Amino acid sequence: MAPLLDVDSLAVTLPGPRGPLPILHDVSLTVDEGELVGIAGESGCGKSLTAQTLLGLLPPGATVSGSARFAGTDLLGLDQRGWQRVRGAGIAMVFQDPTAALHPMLTIGRQLTEHMRVHLRMDRRAANRRAVELLDQVRIPDPERALRSYPHQFSGGMRQRAAIAIALAARPRLLIADEPTTALDVTVQAGILALLDRLRAETGLAVAFITHDLGVLSALTTRGYVFYAGRVVETGPTGELLTAPTHPYTAALLGARPHGTQAVGTLRPIPGGPPAPGQAPPGCPFQPRCGYAEPACGTSPPPLTPAGEHRSVACVVRPHLEVAAR
Amino acid sequence: MSSLLRISDVQVEYRSRGNGRVRAVAGVSLDVAPGQIVGLVGESGCGKSSLARVAVGLTPPSAGEVSFAGRPITPLGWRRRPETEIGLQMVFQNPYASLNPRRTIGAQLLDGVPATVTGAARNARVVELLDRVGMPAEAADRYPHQFSGGQRQRLAIARALAPQPRMIIADEPVTALDASSQAQVVNLLVGLVRELDMGMLFISHDLALVHEIADVTAVMYLGRIVETAPTRELWRDPRHPYTRALIDAVPQIGPTPRLPATLAGEVPDPANAPTGCRFRPRCAHAFAPCGDQPPTLDLGGRSAACWLNDPATASAAVASH
Repeated sequence: MAPLLDVDSLAVTLPGPRGPLPILHDVSLTVDEGELVGIAGESGCGKSLTAQTLLGLLPPGATVSGSARFAGTDLLGLDQRGWQRVRGAGIAMVFQDPTAALHPMLTIGRQLTEHMRVHLRMDRRAANRRAVELLDQVRIPDPERALRSYPHQFSGGMRQRAAIAIALAARPRLLIADEPTTALDVTVQAGILALLDRLRAETGLAVAFITHDLGVLSALTTRGYVFYAGRVVETGPTGELLTAPTHPYTAALLGARPHGTQAVGTLRPIPGGPPAPGQAPPGCPFQPRCGYAEPACGTSPPPLTPAGEHRSVACVVRPHLEVAAR
Repeated sequence: MSSLLRISDVQVEYRSRGNGRVRAVAGVSLDVAPGQIVGLVGESGCGKSSLARVAVGLTPPSAGEVSFAGRPITPLGWRRRPETEIGLQMVFQNPYASLNPRRTIGAQLLDGVPATVTGAARNARVVELLDRVGMPAEAADRYPHQFSGGQRQRLAIARALAPQPRMIIADEPVTALDASSQAQVVNLLVGLVRELDMGMLFISHDLALVHEIADVTAVMYLGRIVETAPTRELWRDPRHPYTRALIDAVPQIGPTPRLPATLAGEVPDPANAPTGCRFRPRCAHAFAPCGDQPPTLDLGGRSAACWLNDPATASAAVASH
């Protein structure tokens, strides 16, 4: 069966003040129907731009190459009307900050039903019925009352639930969630993760979950991609990826997390910072920060190559990596 | 061990239209000793930032007292801060807002260097401060926008260190940063505390991080501290159901996906706080005594405000089950 989303060798260049800036390089990824896929990396690594590309939300002047197919449709060849059919009913998105994603002066009900009335041509009553169903599905108590509420009357967790309900309004097959729990407390985060997992199980929704939190990646997703400087540097089943990483960057991200060992210096920061767009060194982009770099790393960016079953890594050295427990 | 910062039974109230008074902090006591890191964790809206603002004198408490090095803190006003209180400094969450965008880093650091340091020694002090936070001397001539978020937070820490403080209150200092900058800033703060024998109150909603660095952890829920314990003991054996719930909600890395445990309900509005134990409506262990506010019970080197720790009420609960 062909994957629901199939991105192949995607490259995106954005216009910059001093000429075009390459942001994404040779990104390939797939998401199957009903699959929970994680995309991890630091800010600026291209995770969010990948999502924008898949929703046709790139800024003017961006150039795209490669291919991105969704349920048989070639996304990169779509015109505005084509995108309108894909957005919402095909691919929907949830953002990090629900406060910014919701209109502060419209009721939740209006924001939920507008979508259905325009895209699904529902009348007010049918749309309201569906809105109540959706709010119930995302476990917002007293949905009838919630419809008449404004975003400020909700807590952060409830707002994110409402934003998810709006994203689900047109029954998308793929939900792209861009750091949806980063701004939330752990207990609220746990609720949102459980909600996404339940939606997947009940409706067959596929979720691409973008996060920088490897704990969240592990808890929710079955397959993951690690991004660095606009490239996929490692991919595989999430559990294997995070318990036995093969790319030094994945291992370094794991090392920078708290481990619960309580000794000063147990957080191992990655030296330096990621390269700015257009400033990546020749060769492996992680090489200047990598403790395992060899002369061979400086020649050309290593391609993603198979490393065991269902796993790939973009590293020519393939060092033996020590990973702390947990 | 004598405490450097002592927060005694502090309350903070805000006036709100419609709701009357909202008690954001409802009687909190907390001590920080020199060389000690006390972690304060809790969900947003629990009052931890209000407490931090009271602790540095930015907000006057509506009841209770904060003392620093044995003297009460005077709320910040237009008058000059007393000399002793300059030893108490704060690092804020957002390094984009805590540095002045229109002044060079050097000028901002100089503001904090004591007037007793004069002449060329002042600039030498700036270089020293930058070095301490791992920044090059050239950073002094640049402006905040020329730095990344992690670098800015390090510069904000250098600013806090300028008056040679004995105590730092850090309110979510790394929340806005990426994992690897988080690690750099956290290691820096911890290193400073150990090296300079400062005290630090580290406020965060990130339990795993507090677990990593704090000697003592205090857990706050809806304006009250529900449990305080040496960090390891708190994680190994939490004595308050809320602490347990928080720990269980932290996603863990493992070979197969495993969703973290969820906690029923939402944090109630502080204006409408439940009577008795404030965690009662969400607690799986709630029983009859919880209708009364539980006192903070001393459990030998640690404390918790939960009736389950009171032998008399707990045995009654077991008997009734």
